[in-house]
Amino acid sequence: MSLTLEQVRRVAHLARIDLSESEAAATVIELNGILGLIEQMQAVDTAGVEPMAHAQDVSQRLREDVVSEANRRVDYQAVSPDVEAGLFLVPKVIE
Amino acid sequence: MNQWEVVIGIETHAQLATVSKIFSGAATAFGAEPNTQACAVDLALPGVLPVLNRKAVDCAIRFGLAIGAKVAEKSVFARKNYFYPDLPKGYQISQFELPVVQGGAITVQVGQGEKAYEKTVRLTRAHLEEDAGKSLHEDFHGKTGIDLNRAGTPLLEIVTEPDMRSSDEAVAYAKALHALVRWIGICDGNMQEGSFRCDANVSVRRPGQPFGTRREIKNLNSFRFLKEAIDYEVQWQINELEEGRAIVQATVLFDPDTGETRMMRSKEDAHDYRYFPDPDLLPLLIDAEWITRTRATMPELPAAKQVRFEADYGLSAYDSRALTASLDMADFYEAVVAIAGKSAAKPCANWVMVDLAARLNRENLEIGESPVGAVQLGGLVLRIADNTVSNNIAKKIFEALWNGEGTTADEIIDKQGLKQITDSGAIEALIDEVLSANAAMVAEFRSGKEKAFNALVGQAMKATKGKANPQQVNELLKKKLG
Repeated sequence: MSLTLEQVRRVAHLARIDLSESEAAATVIELNGILGLIEQMQAVDTAGVEPMAHAQDVSQRLREDVVSEANRRVDYQAVSPDVEAGLFLVPKVIE
Repeated sequence: MNQWEVVIGIETHAQLATVSKIFSGAATAFGAEPNTQACAVDLALPGVLPVLNRKAVDCAIRFGLAIGAKVAEKSVFARKNYFYPDLPKGYQISQFELPVVQGGAITVQVGQGEKAYEKTVRLTRAHLEEDAGKSLHEDFHGKTGIDLNRAGTPLLEIVTEPDMRSSDEAVAYAKALHALVRWIGICDGNMQEGSFRCDANVSVRRPGQPFGTRREIKNLNSFRFLKEAIDYEVQWQINELEEGRAIVQATVLFDPDTGETRMMRSKEDAHDYRYFPDPDLLPLLIDAEWITRTRATMPELPAAKQVRFEADYGLSAYDSRALTASLDMADFYEAVVAIAGKSAAKPCANWVMVDLAARLNRENLEIGESPVGAVQLGGLVLRIADNTVSNNIAKKIFEALWNGEGTTADEIIDKQGLKQITDSGAIEALIDEVLSANAAMVAEFRSGKEKAFNALVGQAMKATKGKANPQQVNELLKKKLG
């Protein structure tokens, strides 16, 4: 399997990565190199091996349902470019 | 004309009843000042890591057990990637390939009376995920305001198979699901606050044909809107098809003001979420012991309780269903019967379902907020059962209890002298007075006017200030006139 320039552009758009023409072309080659490695791995017979969802074979630790975080809005909003009435302001979005 | 068959599947987001968020220790309380319950994890500040809330998993297990589903021994959290300012991480943590609850079914009653029928809706899955924040599009100098208090709130997304065939079935399912999540205590069910929101996938087809192309109606937060939106959408799709146009897969929004659905986005610009397992979270393992422990804390479920009410209290299916509409209602009823006695189970049912329910409804109160408690109501029904008071007087006592004029029915009966007169001699004396004072009516009755008899009963009851047993008055009067 290999990616086309068009597919790379689409993935870049979905990830909001702005690629120049030359970067896009280079990325096609790089990603196809990685896909080549994956193809080699896929050739290994894994029948009977349970797929893993994580590289470490341990399970999720859980926390008790208690509120441990205090209100730190002032601190968090001090580094925000624009706030008003306790809200973070962002460029207008209407779906 | 050929008939069209409607096909509906429903996805519901139920907000889980935790005090903290699914992956952080920030509070989930509704109505707080903007961004005062959004911590570093919810804001996706660099270097933070999610830690799963045990209670959220407990809720998912409870739901799985309640619907007879498989609770997955191992489930996996995945990233659902999209960009929107109310989602600071750029992805929502959800579950994709291995959800925590798999399969199951809910059986609901559709319609009322003779046309009522049972319908089993199969569930595909239910998975844990986090909610996004809120975007406020009001006027902030041409900008959008973001409140991240809701970001990270735990949700259980409950997905059905496309099993429903009408808006009535869809509403019956949504109501049953709403009652169930409250019953097992995993969601407060507050639809105004967005704790329970439905998306409906709607398509139409000719019977026997493959499924038609569906359109998804998003974010329906009342049962009425659910019905209106589906009815409008179904009619719209049928019109399109009958005029020879194909349905294009799309996401639509329902506008309650116009009663119409309108397109939000078509399939072409549908999101490509690029799900993948979240490397920040390890697989969630639920062992048999955890499930057993959870099962032991489950309340008796509505269906089982309904069957037991019919068997134990000799109630009709209708009464049993009404009394098991919520756990609070069922518990209240049983507490009333515990005082009034099983032999009064039917009058207890009437008092709870009719008199109390009507009064609560009028004041817009939940049964848990009733000024008349179960023990008080039980004490009142007991005094009807043992003939201390008539049903009519009991209604007055109920009002007195409601208004806090006394703490028990007995106290009010004493204080207001409401004890029923059962002494035949006393009643006969009163009747004699009534008869002599109403000679004209007596003559009318004797000349064959049956109506006059009822008028005389009325006069006699009035003379006893309603405290005589009407049946007894009837009999004595008949005897006197006979």
